[in-house]
Amino acid sequence: MTQPGTETYPLRVAIIGSGPAAFYAADHLLKQPGLVVNVDMFDRLPTPYGLVRAGVAPDHQKIKSVTKIFDHVAANPCFRFFGLVEYGKDISLDDLEQHYHQILFATGAQTDRRMGIPGEDLIGSHAATSFVAWYNGHPDFRDYEFDLTQERVAVVGVGNVAMDVARILSLTPAELAATDIADYALEALSKSRVKEVYLLGRRGPAQAAFTNPEIKELGDLAGAEVHILPEEAELDPLSKADLEASKDRTTIKKVEIIQSYAHEKPRTKPRTLYLRFLVSPVELIGNAAGHVTALRLVKNVLYATEAGTLSPKPTDHFEELPVGMVFRSVGYRGVALPGIPFNERWGVILNQKGRVLDPDTQQPLTGIYTSGWIKRGPSGVIGTNKPDSVETVACMLEDLAQGAYIHTAQHPEDRIEQLVRTRQPHYVSYADWKQLDAAELSQGQVQGRPRVKYTSVAEMLKALGR
Amino acid sequence: MKLQTILATKGTKVFTIRPEQQVKEAINMLVEHNIGALVVVDEDSRPIGIISERDVIHVAAHNDKVLAQMIGEVMTKKLITCTAHDDIHAVAQTMTDRRIRHLPIVEDGKLVGILSIGDVVKAQLQEYQGTIHNLQTQAQADPDK
Ligand SMILES: Cc1cc2nc3c(=O)[nH]c(=O)nc-3n(C[C@H](O)[C@H](O)[C@H](O)COP(=O)(O)OP(=O)(O)OC[C@H]3O[C@@H](n4cnc5c(N)ncnc54)[C@H](O)[C@@H]3O)c2cc1C
Ligand SMILES: NC(=O)c1ccc[n+]([C@@H]2O[C@H](COP(=O)([O-])OP(=O)(O)OC[C@H]3O[C@@H](n4cnc5c(N)ncnc54)[C@H](OP(=O)(O)O)[C@@H]3O)[C@@H](O)[C@H]2O)c1
Repeated sequence: MTQPGTETYPLRVAIIGSGPAAFYAADHLLKQPGLVVNVDMFDRLPTPYGLVRAGVAPDHQKIKSVTKIFDHVAANPCFRFFGLVEYGKDISLDDLEQHYHQILFATGAQTDRRMGIPGEDLIGSHAATSFVAWYNGHPDFRDYEFDLTQERVAVVGVGNVAMDVARILSLTPAELAATDIADYALEALSKSRVKEVYLLGRRGPAQAAFTNPEIKELGDLAGAEVHILPEEAELDPLSKADLEASKDRTTIKKVEIIQSYAHEKPRTKPRTLYLRFLVSPVELIGNAAGHVTALRLVKNVLYATEAGTLSPKPTDHFEELPVGMVFRSVGYRGVALPGIPFNERWGVILNQKGRVLDPDTQQPLTGIYTSGWIKRGPSGVIGTNKPDSVETVACMLEDLAQGAYIHTAQHPEDRIEQLVRTRQPHYVSYADWKQLDAAELSQGQVQGRPRVKYTSVAEMLKALGR
Repeated sequence: MKLQTILATKGTKVFTIRPEQQVKEAINMLVEHNIGALVVVDEDSRPIGIISERDVIHVAAHNDKVLAQMIGEVMTKKLITCTAHDDIHAVAQTMTDRRIRHLPIVEDGKLVGILSIGDVVKAQLQEYQGTIHNLQTQAQADPDK
């Protein structure tokens, strides 16, 4: 049999997911000199871009311009998009294996990690992931409700997602109105009575997971002041020694920014963001009606692990922080896909450098690959998915050269579109998406906003005349 | 970033050897699997040492019968281990300071992986490339530039 990848017999690749990992992989595949490849990209949502649309904060428009790169990839005549087609529901592994030589899963991390403490399911306790998806207009989350009459809110974790959540809770109605936040969220947040937001880090300032531009940005908000207790801004002896030895400039700068918030200033802004360090929640306390009323915290100290990490250890000092709402922002988690081996321990598809492995033999499954958050776990910025996808594509090309790909029947006519149409008659093509995109942008122009998002699948299909 | 990110793309197979096996067998495994070190485990699969290419070469330099020696005599016994929750940056510092090239990764007393300095460098490079790529994207979007 002839090797696929030629003009007469193009390599056919299916990519599941349309976030950054999916697009960087498609880009790298389509750029291979001398390789003729047809890429079909599937997403369960009608809209592409993954977390660039549904995760990245609405007030961070600049980074969203990465979608121009993705649109450029999609403009390639060898590329097709099938939106509103869910792997595991509308299309199966068996379907894909009949049509494609290689299949790449780039489905991201679809759920949240839990803290594993009592009271986590009380009313008013939420995953940051749901709040983020809600304010960004993800169709699955538009009906969620957040009680923004609460004045005191805690955000557990001090990663960049926690920064996003704290910032969105603190923006003024005017600041929010300049973004592409979902309309219903704009309305709800504009009426928010939230006055105090507590950001809770279990380790110290030098171990905070947020990056410097993000922590600096908190200090520039029009309607909120950042506050930190001087004693919690101070480094413990271990962190101090560590930093003196490593002289890591980024961390030194981070600590400086944090400490600059420790100077007591008169409060002039309506909201306050309290940065707390060396505290871990141990329990959410509720009232008789099952609503969160407080968070019980334990004070931590740091110790060095054998390998040198400064880790938190609880002391016997506890405190109660009265709050009416809690967002846990302790990380995302990948979800297993039907028929695809999963590594439960790390919440990723079982893989080696992007080659999906058979759990019994630990040998690669022919033609099945993964990239992005579902490959390496929920960490890294948009750009990190580029080298990650390049690594996976390198494995795909290597295997292709070895003849290790799915030997599908050589049918000249295209059957996939036909199949998709029977499974999901309303599937959304890239041209359809660009039509929705144009409508969102022009609606935005009318309102003086970057865009006004469609937030339900029905709305989108209606706009497409379906 | 945690070591978990590195472990996630390394499958779950870890190559191990027993202390009573011969150095020759270790060399064969290192070459066959194209790896730099093997974790030495006891009968309960608990890590008790590590044997690397370097360990073998160091012994071979003044003992040409090294191939027939037992792993237990040659391995590094002072074992430093790490967990998936360790910070990559902290571990990188420790490996550099102590000149360690391989660390066994242990969860609940069980060996779950082995980390090489190459893995650490690769992860840090990827993080760095990601940041640069983001900065480039943002700079291109900036109407002032
Ligand atoms: C709240 C938040 C804010 C962020 N902000 C920034 C930022 O400002 N800057 C930055 O650089 N990075 C940011 N990041 C990180 C960045 O978003 C991620 O690195 C990146 O999106 C991961 O890409 P991915 O392609 O692996 O996954 P995703 O972007 O999650 O894409 C996965 C896609 O797969 C689809 N999918 C899932 N399951 C199926 C299925 N069964 N069938 C079909 N399709 C499916 C999903 O609908 C989705 O479109 C942020 C992350 C979060 C969570
Ligand atoms: N603007 C941006 O560029 C941007 C915006 C959003 C997201 N992102 C990226 O997306 C990725 C995911 O972000 P993320 O914020 O979800 O994850 P993250 O960076 O891993 O942060 C998770 C935070 O939760 C803490 N945590 C974990 N378990 C905890 C527990 N049981 N109790 C208390 N605290 C706990 C962690 O503390 P420890 O460190 O102690 O574990 C850490 O502070 C990151 O790479 C991030 O940079 C980027």
